[in-house]
Amino acid sequence: MKRAVVANGNEMVVEGAIDAGCRFFAGYPITPSSEVAEGMARKLPKLGGVFLQMEDEIASIACAIGGSLGGEKTMTASSGPGISLKQEGVGLACIAEIPLVIINAMRGGPSTGLPTRIAQSDIMQARWGTHGDHPAVAVCPGSVAECYTETVRAFNIAEELRTPVYVLSDAFLAHLSTKVELPGKEELKIANRLRPTVKSEEYYPYDTRFGDVPPLADYFSGYRFHVTGLNHDKTGFPNIDPVLQESEEERLINKVLKRQETIGTYENYKLEDAQIVVVAYGSNASGAKEAVDAARESGIKVGLFRPITIWPFPSIPFQKVAASAKQIIVTEVNLGQIVYEIERIMLGGRAVTEIKNGNLIFDTRHPRSSAELSTVLQANGTPIRPNQILSQIKEVA
Amino acid sequence: MSVKYENYLRMNKFPHYWCPGCGNGVVLKAFIQAVDELGWRNNDIGMVTGIGCSSRASGYVDFNTMHTIHGRALAVATGIKMSNPSKHVVVFAGDGDASAIGGNHLIHACRRNIDITLVIINNWIYGMTGGQYSPTTPTGTIATTMPYGNVDPDFDLASLTIGAGATFVARSSVAEPVILKNYIKKALTHKGFSVIDAFSNCHIQWGRKNKFGDPVKLVEHIKSVTVSAAKAKKMNAEELKNLFVTGVLYEDKDKKEYSESYFDMVKRARSQTKGGR
Ligand SMILES: Cc1ncc(C[n+]2csc(CCOP(=O)(O)OP(=O)(O)O)c2C)c(N)n1
Ligand code: SF4
Ligand SMILES: [Mg+2]
Repeated sequence: MKRAVVANGNEMVVEGAIDAGCRFFAGYPITPSSEVAEGMARKLPKLGGVFLQMEDEIASIACAIGGSLGGEKTMTASSGPGISLKQEGVGLACIAEIPLVIINAMRGGPSTGLPTRIAQSDIMQARWGTHGDHPAVAVCPGSVAECYTETVRAFNIAEELRTPVYVLSDAFLAHLSTKVELPGKEELKIANRLRPTVKSEEYYPYDTRFGDVPPLADYFSGYRFHVTGLNHDKTGFPNIDPVLQESEEERLINKVLKRQETIGTYENYKLEDAQIVVVAYGSNASGAKEAVDAARESGIKVGLFRPITIWPFPSIPFQKVAASAKQIIVTEVNLGQIVYEIERIMLGGRAVTEIKNGNLIFDTRHPRSSAELSTVLQANGTPIRPNQILSQIKEVA
Repeated sequence: MSVKYENYLRMNKFPHYWCPGCGNGVVLKAFIQAVDELGWRNNDIGMVTGIGCSSRASGYVDFNTMHTIHGRALAVATGIKMSNPSKHVVVFAGDGDASAIGGNHLIHACRRNIDITLVIINNWIYGMTGGQYSPTTPTGTIATTMPYGNVDPDFDLASLTIGAGATFVARSSVAEPVILKNYIKKALTHKGFSVIDAFSNCHIQWGRKNKFGDPVKLVEHIKSVTVSAAKAKKMNAEELKNLFVTGVLYEDKDKKEYSESYFDMVKRARSQTKGGR
């Protein structure tokens, strides 16, 4: 049964996490994500779960990693400076293959920046923020309601792929209180990590016999194993064999790439006959939609492509859209991040479907786009107004 | 009765990675003897380590083990403990791991009094990275990043952890392995945050630069800078200057343990109809 509530994005993240089965949270307060911690602090004890306010963000992600190994679905939440502090932990979760959800309510500026103001400037950090080659999954809710559904989905992806997943909301969504309709709990798809069924002597934490995402046992469940942030073999112990490490590094990334068509969700809005394609995501996409509607009223054939999963970028669906477009307008609340991915795809940069023996395997289904690219970017702490996007649409129409 | 070490070790991981004569093995052995005397089951023990020579210990023991990132072992261990409060969680850390990069986590684990045992293998140096000075490198001694003699004041980790709220703190060294074992055993059974400051010999990275390249000589040196609490009682401040007191330095059985406080709060929260929306 559908549920109607009045809530803001942070509250919806909390609701989504709880409904996804999260029973362990470790965090440190920071604007504009603090209400996520506060919400978890209210809810988790009532459910017998664990809420910990740690001494800093480094400890928070480390603690969430421990909780996940302990068998719980775990989450941490932060913004700006705190997300920067978490980066080493993100890498540990990537290589040790530990499911984890990281909420980033994006705020403006480098450093302390514009704490209370909106930005979408951590898009590339979510992709490349931690050092070394690593997989990246990030979802980007476009509305308060999607803060709920995308948090649920983030947990599902984290569990199914044994990897950390970002939910990139922003200061605007985080604090925007509005009426939302949530799916009924019975409609939710909830995924749980694969746990081993083999005898304990036959269990290895990185054993790919059962697929490219190996089953993960809970600590103390009778399967004793070792986990390390060093590159390792299937048994979980350090290993530097170049042949094995090449295939293991590739597996880490491929487990995401191979599922990009199912993970990589997006929305096509009024695109059927569109000659102008606006690309927007997150809260900025609602303004873009308004601009598209207004332009349609004056007869301009324009539509919106909205990636919901930002990493892996839904490049194959975008290529389809871009192939027939004459103009592409990228708008984002930063000074240019996803636009570089868009330009790469337009110039014929194809989706990578897999990395194999050091070679990037490209998707060859879609041609390059001959459309022209322009942008509506802004990083002053305020949302981009629909009018700004509308005038760019009119400019290129 | 003699300990069957193979019941606790991952025998296929030997020979170990440590230099011949390194104190790490002595501390690990004392720990295993303590676990054996307690009769704990391997399945019920979690060992978490950070990064450093000492942190390699987690690879050798047949428990639920994690070798994490530099300095963060206590934070990961807190997550493991809170998700499995009935299990035994132990952290092994180097002096740098525990008190430099991990210093913030150390003081807050002490403050919470969470039921974790921290064994610091305090060899006064960054062993793994080649002998740079750590917060416990004795002032005046040589390290690769203090080639003219260390100007940094050194940390007394027992005082630090007592001050921060740990409820069992003992200091011992590789020079007295049986006593070390007894203290570790006490720490393991203590309910609350327990700390073992175990002085250990890194004759390679600290010793060689400071005329103690021979492990036996370095262990003798460790003896000469430590004094038991019993003897210390009879000494005056002047005599105690530059000496580290060993023994059970602090024990408090009354302060409430963290996971217990937390789950008591959970009970309260669940019995309330109001609040917590
Ligand atoms: C974030 C980070 N900084 C630095 C290092 C490099 N590093 C590895 S071990 C270590 C010091 C280890 O010293 P200690 O904790 O005393 O352990 P020991 O090797 O002496 O047992 C350092 C600085 C690292 N691995 N990660
Ligand atoms: S470098 Fe020092 S601490 Fe490391 S194994 Fe060798 S003797 Fe031990
Ligand atoms: Mg050391």
